[in-house]
Amino acid sequence: MAFDSFADFFAMGGYGFYVWLSYGLTFLALGILIVNSITKKNKILKNVEQRLAREQRIKKAKDMEGTL
Amino acid sequence: MWKWLHPYAKPEKSYQLAGKLLPWFVVATVITFVVGLVWGLLFAPADYQQGDSFRIIYIHVPAAMMAMAAYSTMAIAAFIALVWQIRLAEMNIAAIAPVGAVFTFIALVTGAAWGKPMWGAWWVWDARLTSELILLFVYLGIIALYNAFSDKVLAGRAASILTLVGVINLPIIHYSVVWWNTLHQGATLMKFDKPSMAPEMLWPLIIMIIGFATFLGALSLLRFRNEILARESHRPWVSALVTEKLEGGK
Repeated sequence: MAFDSFADFFAMGGYGFYVWLSYGLTFLALGILIVNSITKKNKILKNVEQRLAREQRIKKAKDMEGTL
Repeated sequence: MWKWLHPYAKPEKSYQLAGKLLPWFVVATVITFVVGLVWGLLFAPADYQQGDSFRIIYIHVPAAMMAMAAYSTMAIAAFIALVWQIRLAEMNIAAIAPVGAVFTFIALVTGAAWGKPMWGAWWVWDARLTSELILLFVYLGIIALYNAFSDKVLAGRAASILTLVGVINLPIIHYSVVWWNTLHQGATLMKFDKPSMAPEMLWPLIIMIIGFATFLGALSLLRFRNEILARESHRPWVSALVTEKLEGGK
């Protein structure tokens, strides 16, 4: 282990600010990318779902027209 | 001999294959990130010149390398898309570009946070940094161009052409530290010689490079599947997928 204590680890030999800034921004960027990629799929599926529901409603309405 | 590849030109088959591969890439990414980061941050010895600030290397170098690897992959896909008109190759470009852009952003930001304590400046207009910034702009250009057309056939072709034009930047980035006088240090790994780095520092770096590679793979697969779904959303197989999911949820 390169560090003696937790405080030592956070200090990073005096470079703590720069090291943790780098790691923080990296994981923030990666996190945003992951969330964006996952929510995008749900959005696409939702759109398809809505279109299918609309098509069904239209079909139903058309069938009703015939019976009247 | 290569006929088994043919079905994968069908978007539905590719979607399923990507879904099968995805979990493996996710698992590999989690393992390599945990091992690489713990090793690099806790166990690797401090650098005799740069102290603990050198630990930024474990994200800076992998991000920069994989940003270029991602671009190379996109360039191959662009060539395939333009020559053989394979739509999946265009979707591949659209899927990878945002991941590559994020990696390039990470390389630039971590580089700045490393440059400040070592060089005394967040940013200098030197060949390596400037060519890397251009890579970010090229990535953003490709993403913007692809999204600018509602006709995705046109969008795919335009993005493919821009991707191929941008390839000129890759050798410039790689050799920038050789061709010009620059503050940025020369190659440590990618050269025809033994890596100039102590093994106890090098191993975590190699693990993190693999980790960023599998992360790139995982996110590319995820976004590739999204791209297929979006472009095929009017096809029966996507409708079947959605109704199946709805019925399964009830």
